Amino acid sequence: MTSIDVRGLTKRYGPRTVVDDLTFTVPAGQVTGFLGPNGAGKSTTMRMIMSLAAPSGGSVTIGGRRYRDLPVPLTEVGALLDAGAVHGARTAQDHLLALAASNGLPRRRVGEVLARTGMDGVARRRAGEFSLGMRQRLGIAATLLGDPRVLIFDEPVNGLDPEGIRWIRDFMRSLAREGRAVLVSSHLMSEMAQTADHLVVIGRGRLIADTTMSEFMRANGEGTVLVRTDEPDAFALRLSAAGATVREGPESSLVVSGMTAAQIGKLAAYHDVALSELAPRRPRWRTPSWS
Amino acid sequence: MITRPAFTDTLHSEWIKFRSLRSTWLTLGGLVVVGLGLPLLSADPAAQGYLTGTIEEQQDWDPTNGSLLMFFIAQLVIGVLGILVVTSEHATGLMQTSLSATPRRHRLLGAKVAVVAAVSLVAGQALAFPAFLIGQAGFAAAGVPHATLADPRALSAVVGCGLYLAVIALLAVALGALIRATAGALATLVGIVLLVPVLDGMFPPWLDGLLDVWPTLGGAAVIATVPDPDYPQPWLHFAGMSAGILALLVVAFVLFERRDV
Ligand SMILES: Nc1ncnc2c1ncn2[C@@H]1O[C@H](COP(=O)(O)OP(=O)(O)OP(=O)(O)O)[C@@H](O)[C@H]1O
Ligand SMILES: [Mg+2]
Repeated sequence: MTSIDVRGLTKRYGPRTVVDDLTFTVPAGQVTGFLGPNGAGKSTTMRMIMSLAAPSGGSVTIGGRRYRDLPVPLTEVGALLDAGAVHGARTAQDHLLALAASNGLPRRRVGEVLARTGMDGVARRRAGEFSLGMRQRLGIAATLLGDPRVLIFDEPVNGLDPEGIRWIRDFMRSLAREGRAVLVSSHLMSEMAQTADHLVVIGRGRLIADTTMSEFMRANGEGTVLVRTDEPDAFALRLSAAGATVREGPESSLVVSGMTAAQIGKLAAYHDVALSELAPRRPRWRTPSWS
Repeated sequence: MITRPAFTDTLHSEWIKFRSLRSTWLTLGGLVVVGLGLPLLSADPAAQGYLTGTIEEQQDWDPTNGSLLMFFIAQLVIGVLGILVVTSEHATGLMQTSLSATPRRHRLLGAKVAVVAAVSLVAGQALAFPAFLIGQAGFAAAGVPHATLADPRALSAVVGCGLYLAVIALLAVALGALIRATAGALATLVGIVLLVPVLDGMFPPWLDGLLDVWPTLGGAAVIATVPDPDYPQPWLHFAGMSAGILALLVVAFVLFERRDV
């Protein structure tokens, strides 16, 4: 099982430390979400994983080896860091052929990955004529050429329409199901929530969280429930006693976390409290606790 | 089972990249237009210059060189080809993809150098010989002295012209790898092959040694049959220029290995 192991990874640009002592592991068979706001250092970390940028400190290995020491890199790692990274005047087929040839991969792989990404119909068109979604697919086709065990995608859904987003999401899930290690970055929690099994959260280059998706949701953005009743103070005490966290909401409502709406409803019925409103609210994804 | 790729795999990949761009073939087409068109167009004016010239000018008449002056422009066109092999990948971000596939960076740059060297060696000779023949035919038609390949140093000048273009193409690859931006690398190449030679004479004497091996100046002295008193040993000057460009290539390899992409 191949994994990515990041150990104390650090990158400085002049006086600025943009990746600061990061340590985490990307295990096989899962989609690991790499989450952080703009400028957090996600792309820089990925470039260091790929030996495209040299770390100022620490190390990163893939299956125990530095990227640049991999004998046949495309058969071990497929990475899409920037969908625009193709020469617009080259056809999709020639682009992939050149990549396959560099690693001594058979020519038929080009046709296979074009088919798997639904690009076989446009193989002979120039990449410059492609829509963003098609370029994204071409980039993904390139990552699959060597049938690698590890895949790395930097913000793959940026700028895609809902259908494209769904396609990429499903695709990454299927890659993980095949036992591959998948690392995918995003600055949107809502995106990660639908794709990732595991979450690595960074802010200003530092590790903030390294947990399973479900754990992270429980701790950080699990939904709250808005409750309205004629006797808020008394019911708040009952809720707290039952283990929930209660805050005051607008217009003497209660904002409850730690209990589901169903549990709150049962509690109210048990204590004969009349509720005028019981509304689950979606998690506040867009404001996770960056520090 | 996939085996560790060999240098020939990298070479094959770079060749596919090179041949699959229309701009490659347009540039090579431009090279043909310049390389064969200029001797065609300039033969007659040059012959008129001979006929109306002074005795000294007529003594210095070098029909071989006269048919190969296209190198002046051709070196820029072949330079564009060499520059783009590197800078087009930086401009599009493709370099990241290329280095992901071939993380041994010396090998990647080495394959690019090899492709450009092979193409420019062939293109240089394929240009120089027809240019010479076209030029001489023009001079013969105009009734002025012309050369044949059997003349002393004529063959050496023609072959030298092709080799000169190939070496300039490698200079261009080095500039592309060092500067990474197309415009910057091209401006530098123009400065080296066109600007500095124009400013010849404005430099302090201690720089003369450098000018002896400078492209377009001492380095191009092989493209003549009448020795230039400034550059008495043409092939020595050419060797000096080649050594300088080789040194620049070495620096390019070192930086290409070290820099973040
Ligand atoms: N080559 C460079 N030189 C100097 N600073 C850089 C360089 N590359 C990145 N940075 C800085 O490093 C920080 C992290 O950038 P990075 O691109 O890794 O962030 P990111 O998490 O990928 O952000 P985004 O979500 O916007 O893609 C930014 O502040 C950026 O300005
Ligand atoms: Mg980024």
